Amino acid sequence: MADAATATAALEPVPDETAPAGAPPPPQPGAVPRRRDWLLTDAPASRSQAAWGRRYQAWLAFRRNPLAVAGLAVILVMLLLILLAPVLATHDPGIQQLGNRLAVPSAAHWLGTDELGRDVWSRLLYGGRVTLGMVVAVVLLVAPLGLLVGCVAGYAGGLWDRLLMRVTDVFLAFPRLILALAFVAAMRPGVESAVIAIALTAWPPYARLARAETLTIRRTDYVAAARMTGASPARVVLRHVMPMCLPSLAVRVTLDMSSIILTAAGLGFLGLGAQPPLPEWGTMIATARRFILEQWWVAVMPGIAIFAASLAFNLLGDGLRDVLDPKQR
Amino acid sequence: MPRARLISRQWGSLAATAASIPITLLGLALVTFFIGRVVPIDPVLAVVGDRAPADVVARARVELGLDQPLPMQFWRYLTDIVTGNLGRSVMTSNPVWEDIARFFPATFELATLAIIIAAVLGIGLGVLAATRQGSWVDQAVRVFCLAGHSLPVFVLGLVSLLVFYAWLGWLPGPGRQGIVYQDMVEPVTGLLTLDAALANDWPAFWDAVLHLVQPAGILAFFSLAYIARMTRAFMLAELRSEYVTTARAKGLSNARIVWRHAFRNTLVPLVTVIFLTYAGLLEGAVLTETIFAWPGLGQYLTVSLLNADMNAVLGATLVVGLIYVVLNLFADLLYRLLDPRTR
Amino acid sequence: MTRTVLPGEPLVAVRNLHVDFPSATGVTQAVRGVSFAIGREKLGIVGESGSGKSVTGRALMRLLPGSARVRADALRFGTTDILHASEAEMRALRGGRIGLILQDPKYSLNPVMTAGAQIAEALRAHTKLGRREAREAALNLLESVKIRDPRRVHDAYPHELSGGMGQRVMIAMMLAPNPELLIADEPTSALDASVQAEILSLIEEQVDSRGMALMLISHDLPLVSRFCDRVAVMYAGQVMEELPAADLHRATHGYTRGLLECLPSLEERRERLPTLRRDPSWLAPRA
Repeated sequence: MADAATATAALEPVPDETAPAGAPPPPQPGAVPRRRDWLLTDAPASRSQAAWGRRYQAWLAFRRNPLAVAGLAVILVMLLLILLAPVLATHDPGIQQLGNRLAVPSAAHWLGTDELGRDVWSRLLYGGRVTLGMVVAVVLLVAPLGLLVGCVAGYAGGLWDRLLMRVTDVFLAFPRLILALAFVAAMRPGVESAVIAIALTAWPPYARLARAETLTIRRTDYVAAARMTGASPARVVLRHVMPMCLPSLAVRVTLDMSSIILTAAGLGFLGLGAQPPLPEWGTMIATARRFILEQWWVAVMPGIAIFAASLAFNLLGDGLRDVLDPKQR
Repeated sequence: MPRARLISRQWGSLAATAASIPITLLGLALVTFFIGRVVPIDPVLAVVGDRAPADVVARARVELGLDQPLPMQFWRYLTDIVTGNLGRSVMTSNPVWEDIARFFPATFELATLAIIIAAVLGIGLGVLAATRQGSWVDQAVRVFCLAGHSLPVFVLGLVSLLVFYAWLGWLPGPGRQGIVYQDMVEPVTGLLTLDAALANDWPAFWDAVLHLVQPAGILAFFSLAYIARMTRAFMLAELRSEYVTTARAKGLSNARIVWRHAFRNTLVPLVTVIFLTYAGLLEGAVLTETIFAWPGLGQYLTVSLLNADMNAVLGATLVVGLIYVVLNLFADLLYRLLDPRTR
Repeated sequence: MTRTVLPGEPLVAVRNLHVDFPSATGVTQAVRGVSFAIGREKLGIVGESGSGKSVTGRALMRLLPGSARVRADALRFGTTDILHASEAEMRALRGGRIGLILQDPKYSLNPVMTAGAQIAEALRAHTKLGRREAREAALNLLESVKIRDPRRVHDAYPHELSGGMGQRVMIAMMLAPNPELLIADEPTSALDASVQAEILSLIEEQVDSRGMALMLISHDLPLVSRFCDRVAVMYAGQVMEELPAADLHRATHGYTRGLLECLPSLEERRERLPTLRRDPSWLAPRA
């Protein structure tokens, strides 16, 4: 035993217990090399230092993947663009200039005008707010719900588990878009119904994923230890199981973003999402479709926007998966 | 694609799968019932329309059994489905079941050709990428796959029409056949290519094939990306395994190691992926059919939707769900055939 | 059959073999200057996990992953220069002249091929046998590795076989093309204790009757010394000591001595088994 102890001591110089050296320098702005050391130390002195160190290492691993960094950059730029839409837009997205319909891109209208003479560039910016806003709303609805259902089913087991998984099975038995279509048809076409419909069809995979993770976590020793110290099931699920499910769920959300974008835009394209005159990328394509053979750019521009957003999320999710969840590869 | 499903498939016995099907089907019916009768503010209006006179509304209410409690309504709905009564389409005024039977073959033809293209190319690309992991080929396949995941089907369809039909003129435009050949071929199977071949009408056959190329290619591109990606992941796992080392130690050729050993083992989970993708094509078909004016189930669904023809919408949704379940069952059976460990 | 070994030369000659694995965090040196030779004899290579013994065995067959960097002053099998041989030459060597037995038949056999098909495949890769003849030969091989019911095992899938039975199939498969050298990499570590002895004596018997050379890789020093003529002890990618198995008790190197001292003995009573003390000087590169 003494041998093992000396071996560790040789590898990792543990600071002397009595010496006041336990407190490492806190990260200071400007002191880059020291902060880097603080983050990369082998012997973190506090829980938060260990956590930040782990995040920093994940970031270093993430940075090595140029495609993923590019994805992140595109997403950040897009968010910036749509947040600053009122500043960056050259025209009011709703103003019609019937005398200047379907104009080619020019200095006045960077991406041309649509069939009602509205500025395509400005509509793209505001349309991003609608499309990406729908996506964010869906994720905010779906991820917590899926996480909760999956963790409860996985942890409780038995009848609850079978019942909840059967429900997810039924939802998974429909192609997502088709079920969403039916839901929207029964409600009134619009942004809210589209969000609800997509959310209703998107949660089951999250629940399955959270359940699968929970099933493995449930058997671990630290969960047993938490239970033996008298933690209630609710506490075990909330404090010990759910946090462990988060990385794989985050990866799944990022990868799912693109498919939610495509579903939202698809609903818009079919005329069941955002209603005109509201600018939404899918809707914009639907109306510009009639002119595709002559004024193709009117339909292609929002198409490029959808493609770029969706590809960026896919690249980011792909990179995140490599970093956060290597076993999912 | 839900990974947990792949795993559960490995452990569930065939009997359990078979037993779960009626329950899933019941669930499907419950969902469509819920959408049709509970979600709308007034389901009667959804059937007869907003502007129907009051006595028509009242009559329809009784006819539809909407004056009865919900469980009774569901029971009636279930017995209707089992006896093949999906109601009458407001739009075509045919029974929904007949409509679906008429529109389904076009979708089937499209989706089947698409899945064949997607599987062949996807498997090829996936294996290629896995055997050259880290090389530029692998990177190119990776980007190609991500692009395939990210491109909206309807944008790709429009651009393809623009390029191959309008600009280059290589391929015919929307529709299933040229005007010259309209209604010239005796429908036997409902699959135009097959019917034309059966009738020995080769010009019509080529016309049908050329019309198929664009929509099927675009539908395939979407699934191809997914199949290639999964193939690559599965192959990488297999190529790392011990039995591949054994095969190499035996002095086998590279091709034999890749295909006969590693690929044969990936085929087991891959079959499930391909079947789930096949089912997923129905989703892409809704958009593709809209763009290419393809008279299939997807177009029927969207047109009914825009006309608020709820019977048709729910009938088609139910049928799509049913196809999903049946394809899953097929995948299960094939899985058992391919993996000796499950026999 | 032409045996391409120069007279007076050993079957295997390894001089100053190095294997490096570059990775994102640096280069891992798995093997650092190993030299040995094998004639028609049984050489045991002993070492703990990570000592580089398996990598050495696989370097002989050029079976290392593509990321591995191999260099050596000499790496020869017979007259074949393994470092520079073409892929076709290596394919003829693998299986044909060198057989490799892996640890766990549960993983080392292809789960979706029958045992018989896997043996016949090895045969047909190196001979001109037809389907039917290969099947006959496979059945005979199964019989020669003492399987009582060769017909049943021939048509069985790996998951239907026990561990010992699977390892017999593995041996039959690797003996099929009649190689000159058999590399057995921990061939019994995954098996039940009762089966281990049977499998080892089967390997010994086959090696003796066919006049093959054997390279037995294991972490189990007493086992290796019992079955082999000579023992090479590896630690941290280097050979610490090489000596005849019979002289093992006269080992001089600290690592070998340490390993021997950790063994419980039936003759001698000890208060407490000592644990191995690692001397950092063992890590220093050796000439």
